[in-house]
Amino acid sequence: MRRPPQPLGVGGFFFTILSTTEPDAHQQRGEADTVSSSPDLSSRAETTLATMTGAQSLIASLEAADVDVVFGIPGGAILPAYDPMMDSTKIRHILVRHEQGAGHAAEGYASATGRVGVCMATSGPGATNLVTPIADAYMDSVPMVAITGQVPSASIGTDAFQEADIRGITMPITKHSFLITDAADIPGAIAQAFHLAATGRPGPVLVDIAKDALQAQTTFNWPEVLDLPGYNPRTRPHSKQIREAAKLILSSRQPVLYVGGGVIRANASASLRMLAELTGIPVVTTLMARGAFPDSHTQHLGMPGMHGTVAAVGALQKADLLITLGARFDDRVTGKLSSFAPNASVIHADIDPAEIGKNREADIPIVGDVAEVIPELIAAINAEIELGNVGDYAEWWLQLNRLRETYPLGYDLPTDGTLSPQYVIERLGKISGPESIYSAGVGQHQMWAAQFIGYEFPGTWLNSGGAGTMGYSVPAAMGAKVGCPDKTVWAIDGDGCFQMTNQELATCTINDIPIKVALINNSSLGMVRQWQTLFYNERYSNTDLQSHRFPDFVKLAEAYGAYGLQCDSADTVDSTIEKALSLNDAPVVIDFVVHRDAMVWPMVAAGTGNDEILYARSIAPEWGSDD
Amino acid sequence: MKRHTLSVLVQDQPGVLARVASLFSRRGFNIESLAVGPTESPEVSRMTIVVNVEGSPLEQVTKQLNKLINVLKIVELEADASVQREILLVKVKADPESRSHILETVQLFRAKVVDVAQDAVTIEATGAHDKLQALLKVLEPYGIRELVQSGMVAMGRGSRSISDRNARPADKST
Repeated sequence: MRRPPQPLGVGGFFFTILSTTEPDAHQQRGEADTVSSSPDLSSRAETTLATMTGAQSLIASLEAADVDVVFGIPGGAILPAYDPMMDSTKIRHILVRHEQGAGHAAEGYASATGRVGVCMATSGPGATNLVTPIADAYMDSVPMVAITGQVPSASIGTDAFQEADIRGITMPITKHSFLITDAADIPGAIAQAFHLAATGRPGPVLVDIAKDALQAQTTFNWPEVLDLPGYNPRTRPHSKQIREAAKLILSSRQPVLYVGGGVIRANASASLRMLAELTGIPVVTTLMARGAFPDSHTQHLGMPGMHGTVAAVGALQKADLLITLGARFDDRVTGKLSSFAPNASVIHADIDPAEIGKNREADIPIVGDVAEVIPELIAAINAEIELGNVGDYAEWWLQLNRLRETYPLGYDLPTDGTLSPQYVIERLGKISGPESIYSAGVGQHQMWAAQFIGYEFPGTWLNSGGAGTMGYSVPAAMGAKVGCPDKTVWAIDGDGCFQMTNQELATCTINDIPIKVALINNSSLGMVRQWQTLFYNERYSNTDLQSHRFPDFVKLAEAYGAYGLQCDSADTVDSTIEKALSLNDAPVVIDFVVHRDAMVWPMVAAGTGNDEILYARSIAPEWGSDD
Repeated sequence: MKRHTLSVLVQDQPGVLARVASLFSRRGFNIESLAVGPTESPEVSRMTIVVNVEGSPLEQVTKQLNKLINVLKIVELEADASVQREILLVKVKADPESRSHILETVQLFRAKVVDVAQDAVTIEATGAHDKLQALLKVLEPYGIRELVQSGMVAMGRGSRSISDRNARPADKST
């Protein structure tokens, strides 16, 4: 999404997309056939015809695709690739402890930097351990390339040792996948994989390479032209749709900018802010879009959805127009679809045409990259304003401000003197600040982190939104820290999530990746426990992890070579966070022992409509007399 | 529910059939019939897919199909603007008494007998779905011993080709 449509510069080479089927595709060859004369090219040009192994060709391809980091674990089938990997001066390979960690690290790297994340694993179980992060990347549109070794081509289909049909297994959760059995196909597949992962709606691409293809002799030939006749993502919006959208925006009285993760993937935050300030329209940012618009901005109503603010949820429900930018009407945002935003017309802009009309019919569908859509909308709105067509949302803001003032985000402190998890997260955001990167697991701590940190910049909030993958946080923070070594990176994790992937602390210590972990330890699977409290008569079936007893997280951290700190009272929260911020020569884990009955509010119960949002237990907001 | 016929041009690459079939099942659509074969271009295969869905789910499935990297083009063929054919082989019990009646039916439907045994004949018939159903209905009383039927293949009427620029794509977005 970030790269110009074509020609594409990758690793100093230029691509042109061959397009034979889409009549309206921009067929610009331009300089595509000329080879750039950057200095490192000449050396590569000399090696173009040199004989090498498929494995060497793979490493040369990754270098040509500008890969600087690979997260992975070797094993039998991928072993040939790890030999030339050792000699690469451009690629840093980080040896993780579990392939799931490699996948989430690649995601964290990609989400924090905007570049394609790369993970590598061997065949069979190595590859199947990547399935969860691949599914996660698919749901959250994370640009990622997963490279797996496969058993030798003659053995494929024989149930050979460590054989798994990983291409078949991942077919529904990848944007595309390749099975390479001929060494000559390696550079082409890698070039295509990176192009597919990064452009259009980003997503994970799998390249499965048979061991004999890695061992065979071949020549390295980085393709100048990508042969992808069936792939022509439309980035440029239709100008008529843009003009109609501009008119509708200015004639509406209760519009909302419903902003999704696409705005972050498209790097369109700056133009979003211009659009919002030009029009004065309220903004809501979904879980995936936290940071796309500053939380401190007066037009920001916060996060919509199941645990959104009353003002954000109410704004969507009362709106007469949703200006939907890179969002997909996920069930966690809409609640019961039939009662979602019942009076609203919908403008829906997305780079993926299949998202438009999937859940909610769009009155004005706009297929395009939001990075191109928003500036064009701004221009069209300016043209309307020059004609004297000005929006008036003063009444609307009166309503919304009343909601915002009456129902601010907040929490009650526990009466027994134990530590409030929300307070910990709020203080963490205040002390570490909006320049830091925050990566969350899944559950209560994730929602509190979305609510109370305070995000000002895109790419500072990483989480598993669509898939809801427990265990995302630590490895994703590790990947983000590798991509942004000068930033403070926090993993805000729960005691349940942390125990799924905490082994990557060893990777962090050994490879000098000093992440910081704020463990919100309520000794239970907190979000599930919350549902048991609310919907299962407080019958806490299998949600008590007893993490107050085992493991000892301080000792666990120390065993991994990290600093282990503990905090169980509000008095020492600030000093403990400050201590952690001062320790930068190794990872830090703070075990925040918190109250276990704290709940995430507001809440729209699953299966109910957004109008039934509860501000706190048994407290429904009053929407006001005008409805 | 309405029957829709989709003609899908795909790159002739390993796994493409699995991608298409799994997409239908993952998104909850039943394929009524599927036929795959080569085209005038060696790198391109053509699938004819018949699905029973409402209008808006059909749009969703064609959009999802379009996202598959190996899918080149999707065109919906309307029944009245296209030639739609299926092929049928049916083995019917035929004793000396019934044989002549069966042969008469074969002639009426412009089908043909492709194999004869002492007490059975095998009939080959080509035609649109309804015609073949009608033939089977007439043959049924004689006793159908075995039946096999192909998926539907279809082609737009007139001089235009599916690979022309102007052929109407099924994905109407933008």
